[in-house]
Amino acid sequence: MDISLQNVEYRYQVNTPFERLAIKDVSIDIPSGTFLAIIGHTGSGKSTVLQHLNALLKPTEGQVLIGERKITPEKKQKNLKEIRQRVGIVFQFPEHQLFEETVEKDICFGPMNFGVSEEEAKKRARAAIGQVGLPLEILSKSPFDLSGGQMRRVAIAGVLAMEPDVIVLDEPTAGLDPRGRKEIMDMFYSLHGTRGLSTVLVTHSMEDASRYADQIVIMHNGEVYKKGTPKEIFSSPEGLLKLGLDVPEVVRFQLKMEKSLNIRLSKTCLTMDELTDEIAAVMKRGTAT
Amino acid sequence: MTEPLVELKNVSFKYDAEAAYALDNISFNIFKGEWLAIVGHNGSGKSTLAKLLNGLHFPLEGSITVGGISLSEETVWETRKKIGMVFQNPDNQFVGTTVRDDVAFGLENHGIERNDMVQRVTESLEKVKMSSFLNQEPHHLSGGQKQRVAIAGVIALRPDIIILDESTSMLDPRGREEVLETVRELKRDYHMTVISITHDLEEASKADRIVVMNKGELYREGTPEEIFQMDEELVKLGLDIPFPVKLSKILREKGLPLSRHYLSEEELVEELWTSHSKM
Repeated sequence: MDISLQNVEYRYQVNTPFERLAIKDVSIDIPSGTFLAIIGHTGSGKSTVLQHLNALLKPTEGQVLIGERKITPEKKQKNLKEIRQRVGIVFQFPEHQLFEETVEKDICFGPMNFGVSEEEAKKRARAAIGQVGLPLEILSKSPFDLSGGQMRRVAIAGVLAMEPDVIVLDEPTAGLDPRGRKEIMDMFYSLHGTRGLSTVLVTHSMEDASRYADQIVIMHNGEVYKKGTPKEIFSSPEGLLKLGLDVPEVVRFQLKMEKSLNIRLSKTCLTMDELTDEIAAVMKRGTAT
Repeated sequence: MTEPLVELKNVSFKYDAEAAYALDNISFNIFKGEWLAIVGHNGSGKSTLAKLLNGLHFPLEGSITVGGISLSEETVWETRKKIGMVFQNPDNQFVGTTVRDDVAFGLENHGIERNDMVQRVTESLEKVKMSSFLNQEPHHLSGGQKQRVAIAGVIALRPDIIILDESTSMLDPRGREEVLETVRELKRDYHMTVISITHDLEEASKADRIVVMNKGELYREGTPEEIFQMDEELVKLGLDIPFPVKLSKILREKGLPLSRHYLSEEELVEELWTSHSKM
């Protein structure tokens, strides 16, 4: 399912003294199958953009196309259930939203809420628990007896069980240790491929954005500052650094080294392997191109 | 680093319902004025350790001494004056309706006299560079600002030790740097002892000493140089290797004659510069 934000503006609390412009003139295309990363500081408008992806917010200007549906400021939307089922959002610290007596009931809650039969929901729960890498036995446990990492996976399984076409991840690895972080991201990346999902990742981690995403959007002060492939985004890191944003470690190191040695490597490196090959070549040759 | 400020001797602890020990026979010392990083995977026992140090739980076996006082239910109010704690979630540490009230809360609890209190609130907020937010409501602040206010609340009580329990893990990169910079200044100006519980290895690489926890046991302790020699062993423990160390390792594998593993990017760049300019 394609999603497209077209010149979207959003103001909170319009016509009150608290009116505040959160995003303006935001245009982002998310064709079916894209892995998109949205990056920006706290307060840059990322979360506001995110809430337009499944019509939790209605733009105050511009329009949002979600599949066949068109969300505009003028029209009051009815029957948004289908959108909510097809675009699943995994919010930050999703484990805080677990509430049922058993893991199985918790995972079934979403699909049943969308009208799926109990039998079908249980079938989906079994599939989803496997997809997030947990054993079937866990279905009968209380979610509150699990470790933090397991709870997060259960919450994610709850979103997968709705069988969405698009999955939106808001800082999915916050608070996890390095291994947990890698496991969760690899899991999403493989689900993205095997289930033919579109994935939208909202993150602070430039490493994750450059490793997993096809497209990156940088938000700054409520506007799209830059969009492109990881290579395009990180080939001019100075601009990002000026905004106080991070760049991936590899990119940062390349920049530092080029400045200090007064050389240019032949390309922008995004992986450790590319970078070390380039450095080794330069050091062996003694000069740079 | 002379006398131990905190001593842990054969400390074991488990939560009521659990069969396994959350902490198993832990012994080490924390010295006055040092920055000690405690690292470990989720569930390794590092946060439990922090809770024991602050008397939120008590050891089942073994003993903890803080500034010469043996920590127990009787002495906990005494030792808590020496230790201030900053928790993980910036949204969970506010009690006051304004920044000023929030910092005053701890002081009121300790029965500090009003004039002294006003003075200390002002001073602490200045120290964390949050003076211009005195009357703001806490929920309007960024994550990094909230954590700095939490730190102000802690230092207003003049503790000897500050424990950061994953205090930067929910912040964006800028917020993280703000908080760490604030703590570095406090350590320098007030000679505070800092215990930072983290799985951010970059952060740990700047500590004086690192304790590595694994499955409730103390796995290793040493300087950052010593700990990062562990290399792939750290990855097996669910941790990571800091970027400059990883990079120098691969460069050596690719045939560059680097003399050692570098802990900072600056050192590594300098080494590259030196050998490049010789050519």
